[in-house]
Amino acid sequence: MNIPSNLMYTKSDEWVDLKSGKMGLTDYAQNQLSDIVFVETLVDVDDDLEVGGEIASVESVKASAEVYAPAGGTVVAINESLEDAPETINSDPYGDGWLVQVEVDSQSDDLMDAAAYEAYCADRD
Amino acid sequence: MTYIPHSPKERDEMLATIGVEKLEDLFKAIPAAHRYPDLDLPPALTEMEAAAELSEIALANETTAELVSFLGAGVYNHYIPAAINHILLRGEFYTAYTPYQPEISQGTLQAIFEYQSMMAHLTGMDVANASHYDGSTAVAEAVNMAMAQFRGKRKRIVMSQGVHPQYRETTNTYTQFSDMEIVGAEAGSLSTPEALAELIDENTALVIVQYPDFFGRLFDYTKLGEAAHEKGALFCVVANPTALGLLKTPGEMGADMVVGEGQPLGIPMSYGGPYLGFFTTRNKYVRKMAGRLVGESVDSRGQRAFVLTLTPREQHIKRERATSNICSNQGLLALAAGIYMSLLGQTGMRHVAELCYHKAHYAAEQIANIPGFELCNPEPFFHEFTVCCPEPVADINEHLLEHGVLGGYDLGQDYPDMENHMLIAVTEKNSKEEIDALVAILSEVSHD
Repeated sequence: MNIPSNLMYTKSDEWVDLKSGKMGLTDYAQNQLSDIVFVETLVDVDDDLEVGGEIASVESVKASAEVYAPAGGTVVAINESLEDAPETINSDPYGDGWLVQVEVDSQSDDLMDAAAYEAYCADRD
Repeated sequence: MTYIPHSPKERDEMLATIGVEKLEDLFKAIPAAHRYPDLDLPPALTEMEAAAELSEIALANETTAELVSFLGAGVYNHYIPAAINHILLRGEFYTAYTPYQPEISQGTLQAIFEYQSMMAHLTGMDVANASHYDGSTAVAEAVNMAMAQFRGKRKRIVMSQGVHPQYRETTNTYTQFSDMEIVGAEAGSLSTPEALAELIDENTALVIVQYPDFFGRLFDYTKLGEAAHEKGALFCVVANPTALGLLKTPGEMGADMVVGEGQPLGIPMSYGGPYLGFFTTRNKYVRKMAGRLVGESVDSRGQRAFVLTLTPREQHIKRERATSNICSNQGLLALAAGIYMSLLGQTGMRHVAELCYHKAHYAAEQIANIPGFELCNPEPFFHEFTVCCPEPVADINEHLLEHGVLGGYDLGQDYPDMENHMLIAVTEKNSKEEIDALVAILSEVSHD
């Protein structure tokens, strides 16, 4: 399982890059969901996003999951390419599969670093 | 009887497991006085006696089998081909409910798929769902879908007063505890598309009109649809499916959703139901659509097969985030509509629509010639029109009933400003003789 060390993680399996403000679903999450067929982004550019706010709804063949913001701030970009290629989250969850980018002004108190998240994932398997 | 799930031995085992001696002990929580109440029932009848008594009660009804009917207002007296009932009553179809292991029932899924395909074609749209309970719930689901589309950010619904009063009432029931605001009364009972367009703003999620409207009037809603889209709102048309056999489709007018009552498609009037709600939309909104959806696929052997598709939309997966909490459909009646449309075909649908249109226009012309009666509205109409009468509609209808004629709908019931307005529907079942008889009786009224 891929867990980049430069990112922070949540218990609900989102990642955030506190430098760039990009966030998305982890490798663990995409693997659990299996083939992702649809992504609906639930925020717009310029929205004020709060920590824990819903940023997207992701559907796989037989399941649906909500994605919550690991960090808050003003939304500066959303990944529109996922509309036509939602499977990018499966193939590149930390790269081209990012969901939303914000100008970070707050973050969840429960963020984990890569080592903590790896232990958290191992506990669940 | 092959279906007895538990033998007496198994019941005893279950009772013993939970430590109860006999079945009656399970009802001890109910006060003894209420446990086995005496029911005030007449003596038991034999099957033959019961059938005779029920027949006698049924005979007290006056039905459209004996009466000549000019009543419509949302439910229409069309001819139902005999083949429909014969196919519906086949055991393979006549089951109680949508199967819970759907893919094992390929026949049921194919029937729904064919219904969906024909419904989408008839309305000029991309996709139809497997149906809703009736026209009013289909309208309410259109409002639901618009609310979901804008994630609650837009809070205004512009709904014409020309949408069936009961559909509007059902919509109000659905939305009463939300913060949605439904406007439309401002444009007047007899609103025009232009007046409705004035009410559309940046906060509007949905504009919804009826085609023909409740008063029978026909408008080309293309410009209204454009006005809705200019403000980013969705545009829904509530349509009469019979009329769509002849008229420009709402799809051609730019509708995002076309919904309505499917009863005219081979379903009996049955004193108010059960009916069929149809719901069609564009591909781009399909994930926000409520209800079940059957899709065509291939199985592991590469053979054509049907599946329930896009199910993550639905409540059993998406829970409170689903557009609607209704995934059920009106399977048997969707099948009836599917059989009706396939029996008639595109040519037959057009033929029925033309018969309705021409007979209604003959009737309207004759009635307008009676002194004291006139057509209330100048707009084109399909098979239903509003007549301004010289006397209260209830009085006229009483008089008509004495002659075995079921008169039109009294619009004053729903619209206080429409006293003495009668809504008259004419279908292919009304003969010229029947129309002439209606005109003759109305002429007597005018001489009173």
